[in-house]
Amino acid sequence: MNAPFQPEVLGLDRLPVGSKGRVLTIDWAALDEAEGCRLRHFGFDEGVTVEPLHLGPFGRDPIAVRVGRMTVAIRRRHAGAIQVQPIR
Amino acid sequence: MTPLPLVAVAGSPNAGKSALFNALTGARQKVGNYPGVTVERHSGRLTLADGRPVEMVDLPGAYSLDPASPDEAVTRDVLLGRQKGERQPDALVIVLDASNLDNHLRFALQLTELGLPTIIALNMVDLARRDGLELDSKRLSDELGVPVIETVAVRRRGIKELQAALDDMLSAPFCGVHKHVKSDLVHLQRRAREIATAAVVSETPVRRWTHRLDAVLLHPVIGPVILALIMFVMFQAVFAWSQVPVAWIASGVAWLSGAAGAALPPGLVRSLVVDGAIAGVGAVITFLPQILILFFFILLLEGTGYMVRAAFLMDRLMHGVGLSGRAFIPLLSSFACAVPGIMATRTIDDPKDRLTTILVAPLMTCSARLPVYTLIISAFIPNRQLVWGVGLQGVVMFGLYIVGITGALSAAYVLRRGVLKGSGGGFMMELPKYQWPPLKDVAIGILTRAQIFLKRAGTIILGTTIILWALASIPQAGPGQKQSEVSIAGHIATGIEHVVKPIGFNHDIALALLPAMAAREVAVSAIATVYSLDAGDDAAANRTLVQNLQHRWSLATALAFLAWFVFAPQCISTIAVTRRETNGWKWPLFMVTYLFALAYLAAGATYWIAVAAGLGGT
Repeated sequence: MNAPFQPEVLGLDRLPVGSKGRVLTIDWAALDEAEGCRLRHFGFDEGVTVEPLHLGPFGRDPIAVRVGRMTVAIRRRHAGAIQVQPIR
Repeated sequence: MTPLPLVAVAGSPNAGKSALFNALTGARQKVGNYPGVTVERHSGRLTLADGRPVEMVDLPGAYSLDPASPDEAVTRDVLLGRQKGERQPDALVIVLDASNLDNHLRFALQLTELGLPTIIALNMVDLARRDGLELDSKRLSDELGVPVIETVAVRRRGIKELQAALDDMLSAPFCGVHKHVKSDLVHLQRRAREIATAAVVSETPVRRWTHRLDAVLLHPVIGPVILALIMFVMFQAVFAWSQVPVAWIASGVAWLSGAAGAALPPGLVRSLVVDGAIAGVGAVITFLPQILILFFFILLLEGTGYMVRAAFLMDRLMHGVGLSGRAFIPLLSSFACAVPGIMATRTIDDPKDRLTTILVAPLMTCSARLPVYTLIISAFIPNRQLVWGVGLQGVVMFGLYIVGITGALSAAYVLRRGVLKGSGGGFMMELPKYQWPPLKDVAIGILTRAQIFLKRAGTIILGTTIILWALASIPQAGPGQKQSEVSIAGHIATGIEHVVKPIGFNHDIALALLPAMAAREVAVSAIATVYSLDAGDDAAANRTLVQNLQHRWSLATALAFLAWFVFAPQCISTIAVTRRETNGWKWPLFMVTYLFALAYLAAGATYWIAVAAGLGGT
């Protein structure tokens, strides 16, 4: 990875800790009903700003994400279903 | 008699709902279960200014009326008047976290749509202020169309005002409930954000405490180290602090059995009371101090917000065997005793995750196995140093713990791919703000656990010990006969012996296995009793228990016995608590069956290998 290429859209699981992103799309089909429901309850939605804060010590999983005024922990697999655009 | 008005307290998790409920109702609470589900029902009483009593019920925390967990389903069903065993509430207190309005307001909007008389408690305004957030509760009240009272439940601030508002509300005539109008989530969320923005007077960005603490406690290296330290302190405390109260209880039980023994004439009745009821229940309630100390730590960790962090740190490892990070603390607690461990699984949202955790919890080496392990190891494993500071006996003890842990994790792995297959709820949790829980709330929590445990000791455990006593005492041995052979238990032991002979167990062990069902450590006293009762020849009588064991058991038998106790579900309390927590006999029976099967195989394999290695002789 020596090219200075930065993709415009990436999964929330690949957004670096401490940087912010805007949610573009959420792949609801990749989540089961309860998981999707829970993400919505936490305030995940198209257009909201998210910020990964901490990574789990083993396999960098789960991820603690700030969404709105809440900090929530989700697994890497679920974060991958959330497409974000980095905010610089 | 018309029932008391019922007021439900509802809110999202981490809004401080239970603290508010405790502040309103005090320590006199009733804890039960909603029928058919393992969701706790907490209720209490509140007296209004004019002396009218009101029943309050603390609904499980929910983010929405569209449930994503069994707890949330109960909350929805109660509020819609569809929950079995609960009438529809007459009024509602909604608890909101002042610093998390844009999220919590969505649920509040859904709830106000129900049309029940409603008051909003804008809770934790102090924490919001600490984070630089100033709110206008009057504006919020106008937007929502219901009274809004600012509270700090943990400091009992705003509770009087809340009671006065409840007073007003319950005095006003009430005109029926609307149907559940289901506004779509996106619309509600947008409206929630609008109102939240409108209610904010000012917001000064400050470096938040929680953020600073998390930078240390969730650090990839420091975080796990601190977690290990906390766990170490917890287990030290469970064993060290409990010694004195355990001694009190033991001497209390001894005094009681002495007094009862003196007051009753010799015979069956005295034996029933002293050897059956007092000895049996006494043995079980000596665990009470350890259980309460463990729960003190669990409630403290839960109340401060650290518990979720521990789950966060451990989730990846637990996920590997199909469990969630939430299972870590219950499984760890099971090292002290599986009973509080299984009770602590209530914090696991997903039913399959929770059931798996319950089913493997008895494999964690609980403290009741220690007397058995210690006795057998000191009798059969030479006290030899392997290298400086590392003795063989300690290594064997450690090995038994490792076998237990490996067994639990493997069992979870297999269960999650077999009978409990399914994706599970994954791991999605809010990391709440850190705060210091009021000790009064912790005390109420401990009291509730003590009640639950003692109630069980007084009912199911008392019943079982009486049955075990009866089996061991009837019929009474005549002169020259041995009680251990004449009794029903003796005959059963002979039957058991046929089954356990292939895995190297003798009649003594078969006899000890039955009373050991009450509690594992009873095996030790049972074996001791057998040898003292059967001490016909003077040589045996003069030997110590350890010498008797060495005389009668081969090393292969001893090792098989240890392997058996790693797996065997020899504990009535655990089976009873599993029945209670899973609401039926299906899962406890499953648990007992698979654990006995594992125990039999493990003991058998150990015995056969040991005999093949030439360790079969006494």
